[in-house]
Amino acid sequence: MLRTFTKAICLAAALTFTVSPPAATAAEKTEFKVCWSIYVGWMPWGYLQDSGIMKKWADKYGIDVEIVQINDYVESINQYTAGAYDGCSMTNMDALSIPAGGGVDTTALIVGDYSNGNDGIILKDKGKLQEIKGQNVNLVELSVSHYLLARALDSVGMSERDVIVVNTSDADMIAAYSTSDVTSVVTWNPLLSEIEAQKNATKVFDSAGIPGEIIDVMMVNTETLAANPSFGKALTGAWYEVAALMASDSPEGKAARTAMAEASGTDLAGYDAQLATTEMFYKPADAVAFNQSKELPQTMKFVAEFLFDKGILGEGAPSPEFVGVAFPDGSVYGDPNNVKLRFDSTYMQMAADGAL
Amino acid sequence: MRITNRKPSRPTAFLLGLIPFLGVLIAYAVASHTRRLENPADKLLPSLADMGAAFMRMAFEADRRSGNYLLWLDTWDSLWRLGSGMLISTAIALILGISIGFVAHVRSGLAPFVATFSLIPPITILPILFIIFGLGEVSKIMLIVIGTAPVMVRGVSQAVMDIPREMIIKAETLGASVWQMVTRVVLPQTLPQLITALRLGLVPAWIFLVSAEAIASTSGLGYRIFLVRRYLAMDVILPYVAWITLLAFIIDRLLRLLSKRAFPWHHLKGDSL
Repeated sequence: MLRTFTKAICLAAALTFTVSPPAATAAEKTEFKVCWSIYVGWMPWGYLQDSGIMKKWADKYGIDVEIVQINDYVESINQYTAGAYDGCSMTNMDALSIPAGGGVDTTALIVGDYSNGNDGIILKDKGKLQEIKGQNVNLVELSVSHYLLARALDSVGMSERDVIVVNTSDADMIAAYSTSDVTSVVTWNPLLSEIEAQKNATKVFDSAGIPGEIIDVMMVNTETLAANPSFGKALTGAWYEVAALMASDSPEGKAARTAMAEASGTDLAGYDAQLATTEMFYKPADAVAFNQSKELPQTMKFVAEFLFDKGILGEGAPSPEFVGVAFPDGSVYGDPNNVKLRFDSTYMQMAADGAL
Repeated sequence: MRITNRKPSRPTAFLLGLIPFLGVLIAYAVASHTRRLENPADKLLPSLADMGAAFMRMAFEADRRSGNYLLWLDTWDSLWRLGSGMLISTAIALILGISIGFVAHVRSGLAPFVATFSLIPPITILPILFIIFGLGEVSKIMLIVIGTAPVMVRGVSQAVMDIPREMIIKAETLGASVWQMVTRVVLPQTLPQLITALRLGLVPAWIFLVSAEAIASTSGLGYRIFLVRRYLAMDVILPYVAWITLLAFIIDRLLRLLSKRAFPWHHLKGDSL
């Protein structure tokens, strides 16, 4: 009796302490943690940490920023949403469905790039997108691949009803493609180029067909950012220092890109090839311009409608407008009383003005 | 009287068994409440009411897109895969187990191989399974078979070898053929052990079922859990986990009951778990 009871108490205590949110997230603090996962446009985050550039900028503002790589993309977003990190790199779509849909007010601090061919649809032994009709399509369901498929089908007057979506883990996508019952896949780089290299594979659609819709962003907790502007400044300053380095053809720039290439398991040529299908915003002014473009609200509307259609915009979401998305000009898509995702140019503008 | 000599009455035993469950439930409710004070829309630890609502939605409301009742569809597909896999594993365990345990030449030939094979983590050879069996149902069932059959074979052959030698000699003295010894001596002694092996095999079988469904699938309990994990829908995941646990528990109890009913001689030696 005694032992069982003690066990129950211990378990209760353990569970309560481990899953309680970190106290007072919004308060001013000096130590921050952000996370990222492997993707061509996010490799600079690893480089920031390894090269000491992040530390240099953090020291400048008298804070401490740790950048942690997480091997599983979805898990990194889940960790951020649960409160374990102050920021995390993710796409605009996942930001809306996971943290924002889960009530965590999130701000797009640094709009890093958009996919301009990094995500694509591949058919086996077929050459036209229309021929996808009736096929099994292997992809990571509810991911940007799924979104890309929906947009692609839309562009040729078909809908998801015309195909059968088979949820397939990205880790097994290449092995899956080599089996005879898989005839079409939707995936992202570096898997995409790996599969496309096989001789019976034809890429029939890619994200260059919907430019600017799959956006890769460093998302941070809005309350943390509001209470600690120096966190936003240090992160943004460090990011654009590395971005300028990457864009340059100098030996230092090449060395930086080589380090990122190796960290992502390829070589400089392979990494440059991936960068070619990624529209990187190396200059903060370009990111600001994109952030304030008229197309962004339109994109977020597409994304919100897609998420709502798939039933993943949060429990009890009555319409795609359930979660509000705020844009730099102050306009809001969706419910203005439930704004949980904010595109904000403040810090990128500071970088553009050289004010960091 | 010392505690080791005291036995709880039936109601006390029931209540004692209930305490850890209640403890976990209360700990969960407290943790969930604390997180939800901070963020009412918290997804990590949804309230018990939210989970109940999600469970009812999965079970009794047709899916907007496909018109299916997702929980039952998933349950049926998963149980079908699990059942097929375990049926094959049990058949393999029975035939190979008796051969290895009863015939020394077969034992010399196969036992080292089965022992080695049982140590391969099946997930690691998954790409090979895909290429041989395709991405459909066969590779999922084969993953369960490969994950459970070798260990079950070893359990059954050990049970055959544990049959007292005197019994075999007695049967031989009475003029039994090899086939008669197998059907009249070995089988009755082994079948209850086979059910034990099956019950133990079901534990890894569920793990392999969920992993297989996570990798490439269009339905199933594991598929649903890994799908909704993409948007941290713990209000769906946690009830599904509870549902899987309940199914596994019921199957286990049914097998125990079967063993007790069908082979009462095996359960004469008192209480078993």
